[in-house]
Amino acid sequence: MLRFVLNKIALIIPTLIGITICAFGFVRLLPGDPILALAGEHGVTPARYEQLKVQFGFDQPIWRQYFNYVWGILHGDFGTSIETHQPVVKIFLTLFPATVELSLCAIVFAILLGIPAGILAATRRGTIVDQGLMGTALVGYSMPIFWWGLLLIIFFSGYLHWTPVSGRIDVRYFFKPVTGFMLIDSLLSGQKGAFQSVLSHLILPTIVLGTIPLAVIARQTRSAMLEVMGEDYVRTARAKGLRGLRVVGVHALRNALIPVVTTIGLQVGTLLAGAILTETIFAWPGIGKWLVDGIFKRDYVVVQSGLLLIALLVMAVNLLVDVLYAVINPRIRVQ
Amino acid sequence: MKIAKILLTAAALAVVLGGSAYAKTLVYCSEASPANFDPGTTTGGNDYDAGARTVYNRLVEFKHGSTEVEPGLADSWEISPDGLTYTFHLHPGVKFQTTDFFTPTRDLNADDVIFSFMRQQDDKSPWFTYLPNLSYDYYVGMDMPKYTKEWKKIDDLTVQLTLTEPNAPMLANMAMDFASILSKEYADKLQASSTMPDLAAKPVGTGPFTFVDYQLDTTIRYKANPDYFKGKEKIDDLIFQITPDATTRLQKVQAGECDVMAYPNPADVPAIKADSNLQVFSQAGLNVGYMSYNTTQAPFDKPEVRHALNMAIDKDALIKAIFQDAGAIPADNLIPPTMWSWNKDVKSDAYNPDEAKKVLAANGVTTIDLWASDRSRPYNPNFQRAAELIQADWAKVGVTAKITTEEWTKYRADGKKADRPGAFQIGWSGDNGDPDNFFATLFSCSAVGVSNYSSWCNKDFEADIQKAKTTSDMAARTKAYEDAQVIFAKEAPAFLLAHSQVYVVTDKKVSGFLQDPLGMHRFDGVDVSE
Repeated sequence: MLRFVLNKIALIIPTLIGITICAFGFVRLLPGDPILALAGEHGVTPARYEQLKVQFGFDQPIWRQYFNYVWGILHGDFGTSIETHQPVVKIFLTLFPATVELSLCAIVFAILLGIPAGILAATRRGTIVDQGLMGTALVGYSMPIFWWGLLLIIFFSGYLHWTPVSGRIDVRYFFKPVTGFMLIDSLLSGQKGAFQSVLSHLILPTIVLGTIPLAVIARQTRSAMLEVMGEDYVRTARAKGLRGLRVVGVHALRNALIPVVTTIGLQVGTLLAGAILTETIFAWPGIGKWLVDGIFKRDYVVVQSGLLLIALLVMAVNLLVDVLYAVINPRIRVQ
Repeated sequence: MKIAKILLTAAALAVVLGGSAYAKTLVYCSEASPANFDPGTTTGGNDYDAGARTVYNRLVEFKHGSTEVEPGLADSWEISPDGLTYTFHLHPGVKFQTTDFFTPTRDLNADDVIFSFMRQQDDKSPWFTYLPNLSYDYYVGMDMPKYTKEWKKIDDLTVQLTLTEPNAPMLANMAMDFASILSKEYADKLQASSTMPDLAAKPVGTGPFTFVDYQLDTTIRYKANPDYFKGKEKIDDLIFQITPDATTRLQKVQAGECDVMAYPNPADVPAIKADSNLQVFSQAGLNVGYMSYNTTQAPFDKPEVRHALNMAIDKDALIKAIFQDAGAIPADNLIPPTMWSWNKDVKSDAYNPDEAKKVLAANGVTTIDLWASDRSRPYNPNFQRAAELIQADWAKVGVTAKITTEEWTKYRADGKKADRPGAFQIGWSGDNGDPDNFFATLFSCSAVGVSNYSSWCNKDFEADIQKAKTTSDMAARTKAYEDAQVIFAKEAPAFLLAHSQVYVVTDKKVSGFLQDPLGMHRFDGVDVSE
């Protein structure tokens, strides 16, 4: 198992190198530059532009700028935001828990609803239940996040007043963050009603962000279950007289979970992409929105270092998925 | 005994009822996070809303709701007859805010004023580069290094600025956000404790609200400054809720989660006006949308060609299509009607496609480049749509327009190039209510290659705006700008589109809010009923 994990980690290194090149290059392909973005509509004189270019290091050859960037990363320096002058890592660590909290809630929501929905659809194959569930999954997968989020806000917050509109907690509650995870910090604060406020603020963004993964997980679970339930050992289990629930839940589900776990791991990337839009609609202070702002403002440092940090996160999750995969199916470790 | 019991009960009731009064809180839905709270280092309106206009004051201020300059931290000032020396007399007893992280030991004095300006200019000052990649863009952009010869402390409450040459807009510049006055004592303390970045993260000023806390991208909290020299504010707590999406901001105001919001979607304006729980403030923005012709390239170097192109555009239809329900005022002059020296006698080219066709045919104008960008701006919400409509209007008079669309930052960079062909859509939002901020910034000879997208350098126009810049006599300045507007209308280096309406929405329970022509969102003087 250790060798398996070490092999996986070794593969990460060339991937990281590729990502630094892509992140560094991508932002420089965008038209415009940070100096023009900072100058705004007032513009800068050509002399001032050259002066700022030297100050920001943009006058150096592109290979040297890349080298300085990588050298900094290897020494733990991911750079300073051009706009806010704050260290990128500090901003990332401040905002990261918000995205993780929302993403975790969204994936838990997707798993808790998606897997049972997939199982139910598989065991009721061809019936109205199956068609209804899969049809709903298709609709959920197809809906634009932005539209879905605004629709939920208008209906549940604006019309019914059942949920708050946006944010992480009611403004009445004020406490210094300890972990950055509002669910935990609100409990630690001891303020009455704070935890409930956090929960109520999580409902709509969780549903919005979790909708697409839910649809994918439901469909994948159904597909995996149908495949497994046609296997001989499942037929044997039924023939032995085992109860349907035991056959499905113990014998079929465990093997069906293998591709489902992979799918869940792959949804991390989808969640981060979806988080950008969800965070914007719900004014959720996470890294997705921060990255988009950085792109619009041509904050090279935020974009190249932020992308790298997110890539590290995604790779860590995929590594975890691979390890889980091997735990569920020991044959994977040998392969 | 009975009387004593009654009195005691009454006293107890008074204590309980008096002590149960809740803090008055105003929540503002801000459209973006501030880059930081140091007004010298930032350039965005949202940055100034969060820092300059809450925590700080300036020597002079813009009167709330107007562009008129009034006393701020300076009770009075004198300008020498040659226009070179400005002497400011500071209000005595102005206190810097006491916070969890700083307790001042002295009142505001001339040292604070000199520090606040010179840190933005003196490259030997440690504050000149106290943040990585720092540049004092507004200070430089307003040519302060060029005009500042010396700041001198006369005494604790008197400070003098000597200029290198007369500059009449200088007083208005002193009211701008970058000219906010910081605490030198606080700065010295930060420098001594090697925590200089806190100057931008934990601001201390003399303003109406004291900074309490900022949770990144979420909430900024302030409390009313009890020692504010103009009197404690009516509201106790001010909260900025950062909400980037306009629809979400509106939902929050309608749900009562926010009390004030800015920049509603234009399409939502009619619905907002119909909502009896909301108040809508609207005003012609201190802005102008226009389209610059490259006056150095034939055939656009001829005024009659430029006039003909203007006459071919149905401006009213264009404004209706672009601004829709948000509304806008057709521009006759570069400056909006709300600005002093606006010349009411100047009219822009009337729509006359027949006449336009004749002139353009006579000059052999058959093709033109037309520029558009992807960004929505207050003075032009839809460059691309505007370009398409103008293209259609010009097609009717026999001119084929080729539209070039670029991303915003590249667009502006390419637009100012000397060889940029054709007509370039752009606009401007004023900084300080002074006409110089429009005329000189956008069409002076020295602005060619910077923000003069027409590359237009007209000696008569230049003479008028320079004359206005170098005299403090308001009547003389007004006359000079009025003459400049006549020249501009005659030469037509640009097609003037419109001055857009700017909206702010508040809950009905908010009172005392005044909309600011400079686009500021100020909360001093605002009250909210529970």
